Amino acid sequence: MAAEKYQYQEDLTAIRSMMERSSRFISLSGLSGVAAGAVALLGGCWALYLLHKEGRDYISHSAMAYSPAFLTRLLVIAVLILIIAITSAAYFTVRKSKRSGLKIWTAATRQLLVNLFVPLLIGGICCMALLYHGQIQLLAPATLIFYGLALINASKYTFQEIYYLGLLEASLGLISCFLIGYGLLFWIAGFGILHILYGVLMQRKYR
Amino acid sequence: MINIQSLNKEFESRVRLGIMSVLMVRDRVEFKELKELLEITDGNLASHASALEKHDYIEVYKEFVGRKPRTTYRVTADGKKAFTAHLAQLEKLLRSS
Repeated sequence: MAAEKYQYQEDLTAIRSMMERSSRFISLSGLSGVAAGAVALLGGCWALYLLHKEGRDYISHSAMAYSPAFLTRLLVIAVLILIIAITSAAYFTVRKSKRSGLKIWTAATRQLLVNLFVPLLIGGICCMALLYHGQIQLLAPATLIFYGLALINASKYTFQEIYYLGLLEASLGLISCFLIGYGLLFWIAGFGILHILYGVLMQRKYR
Repeated sequence: MINIQSLNKEFESRVRLGIMSVLMVRDRVEFKELKELLEITDGNLASHASALEKHDYIEVYKEFVGRKPRTTYRVTADGKKAFTAHLAQLEKLLRSS
């Protein structure tokens, strides 16, 4: 009887793992979070430094009028950060899935990406509208909020922890809405520090 | 004493359990993806799938994409019911004695 009982236990374990493996993307690496966070942290500090050099003390936000040329430079940095962060995050996740012998391009992957990028795209267009109207003080809160919502939406197709990361990012964005002028600091906290903390936690839990 | 007779014989094999598990959480799954998920051969999957089809637990769709045939599987309402009952039975057997 004990042997049979063991057999049933094995059956149930196999069923659960197969359900997980076929419907969720489980190759998301903690190192991806750390890498993306580090890039955002460095980029954010670079932007802070540039602002400081321009003679505008961001922390005490004295003179907050930006010249179009300076704004363009900040935007180029932002796009650069985005590209490097996504590339490095993708690198560690592809590496993890190769190491554990899992296929990277599955139906679960596609669903994860669609559910992540649809809200992100909507948010991106909204941010461009804010920029167009010169509402740059709302850019940092808006990116944090939309990113948080995108994570909450995508969490159905990967680790549950992504849901909580999304809640935290969106909360930071909301707080930042009421503390206009400190957007870049919130941005660094959300995209830099939260990502690194999350990545370290995940790496310790799922390695 | 455990009553093994109460377990559904059709779900005895690990391959069939695997097929049903995947189809329970996914809408439609292609032959190739199912084969790779379960790590089994073409013949193995085809024979177990047709056994499940015979009992109306799953539906098989065959269509052509260009010139290539494509087979997809989907669980039926009967299949969902039978598999859920099987899971409940497994849990019950584990808890008893």
